[in-house]
Amino acid sequence: MLQDLTFGQYYPTTSLVHKLDPRTKLLLLIAYITSIFVADNFYGLAAALLFLLIAVAFSAVPFWSVLKSVKSILFLVLFTFLLNLLFYAKKEGDTTLFWRITVEGLLSATFLASRLILLVMGSSVLTLTTTPVSLTDGIESLLKPLSYVKFPVHELALIMSIALRFIPTLAEETDRIIRAQKARGGDFDTGNFFKRIKALIPILIPLLVGAFRRADELGNAMDARCYSGSRNRTKYKKLKFTFRDLLATLFTAALVAGVVLLKIFF
Amino acid sequence: MQIIAKGLNFVYNKKTKFSVKALDNVDLTIDEGDFFGIIGHTGSGKSTFIQHLNALVPVQEGVLKVGDYDLSANAKKDKKALKTLRSKVGMVFQYPEYQLFEDTVFKDVAFGFSNFFPQASKRETADAVYEALSLVGLDPEKYAERSPFDLSGGQKRRVAIAGVIVTRPEILVLDEPVAGLDPKGKRELMKLLRTLHEKESKTIIIVSHDMDEVAENCNKVAVFSEGKIVRKGTPKDVFSDAEEIKKLRLDLPLTGYLCQTLKSKGVNVDCDLTEEDFIRKIQEIKRG
Repeated sequence: MLQDLTFGQYYPTTSLVHKLDPRTKLLLLIAYITSIFVADNFYGLAAALLFLLIAVAFSAVPFWSVLKSVKSILFLVLFTFLLNLLFYAKKEGDTTLFWRITVEGLLSATFLASRLILLVMGSSVLTLTTTPVSLTDGIESLLKPLSYVKFPVHELALIMSIALRFIPTLAEETDRIIRAQKARGGDFDTGNFFKRIKALIPILIPLLVGAFRRADELGNAMDARCYSGSRNRTKYKKLKFTFRDLLATLFTAALVAGVVLLKIFF
Repeated sequence: MQIIAKGLNFVYNKKTKFSVKALDNVDLTIDEGDFFGIIGHTGSGKSTFIQHLNALVPVQEGVLKVGDYDLSANAKKDKKALKTLRSKVGMVFQYPEYQLFEDTVFKDVAFGFSNFFPQASKRETADAVYEALSLVGLDPEKYAERSPFDLSGGQKRRVAIAGVIVTRPEILVLDEPVAGLDPKGKRELMKLLRTLHEKESKTIIIVSHDMDEVAENCNKVAVFSEGKIVRKGTPKDVFSDAEEIKKLRLDLPLTGYLCQTLKSKGVNVDCDLTEEDFIRKIQEIKRG
């Protein structure tokens, strides 16, 4: 049931995109997202889509897996679409189809929905090709400058990696608790909304108690090994920019330039 | 209630590249009144098998009958019958104290009872809870209103077991019941299980890594390896082939080890591997 739950749905394989430095991927994702927001017409979005498709092709991840990420925000996409469709501010010269639906409104709603979908699919390329650990490493490295103003970058990254590390553990524990309570006649799938919420108590309390117990044990284990945070710690895997990263950056720069040009000329 | 399993197969993550075969053509009969031991290396399919017994894991392939309940792959599923089955087959998971959640021992033990018998009166519930607590050796007057989180590890486990036997199951399945307890806690818990077996005539099934415990208490044993049952029978039969037990990455019980060592020195002790019988046979040999 919950065993299938893996955070960030990392897709284990080797590809050019997998091998990129996580920092490159993070920065390029930011560039990609920016260009989606800079684009103000469908040509710009088409360029972003083309970029995305090429990136997916190079990542060796089945396109279906990337598409699946949209499923989780499908409701949001539909909601945005409908709101924009219904509350589109009508201007002079707009063609009304029926009631308050206009061609322009339809186009604008589609545009915003496509923007959202592209956004999520792009981000999922990052999470599909980067392990949570190297992602945190990348974030830590990128936030490094903040440590000069006494921002606890390393601690933040550590909290993130511990949280990520414990997601599968807690999922497994949840699974076990659900089974144990089911064996005691616990019923979690029937009844109205409030009944179901109440039925969660026998799962949530042991889960929380367990999480606190684990946190305590982990804290003790770290103390016992004199863990002292960021001071003079070295890394097992050093991040390094390579030729690949340069290629990917040039490719993304082409996208940004393309979007800007399309914005100017159309 | 008798348990009959025939040709059970089970695969985790079916149809993905992560698929794992957990049960491979398992045939096993557990009779009413057995004190049954299930042993095997980690990942051998023991836990998967026992979770089949009260339908926590659905049968994928094969026949499984627990008393009158047919859990086989193609049998019709009836939600009400399933609830009755779960009240008759009590399941105590590993570290069951981690499933406690109520603010008093009484409420936690009553959880299972109220789930299975929602029509029961307050009186009946209280009676069942008090009975269960007494059975696990916790004085109900003293413990019922305490918070389960304030108790010691061994006591918590007793409360958790009380929460399972409160429905008066005919079969009690325990996954590693003594794991993580101190020696005294272990002895007491095994004594409790023997009492439940003898005085309450419950069928007990335990999964264990402790061969001494199995040899001492079980009348029958099944050895799982890679999803298959590779040996089954009395502890004496199962542990007769020391080489094979070693190959399965298991140990002999201490009595079995002693018998084997004595045999290599030319002394043949023919005992059923319980401590008591071993000592009696040794004394007989000494007397000549």
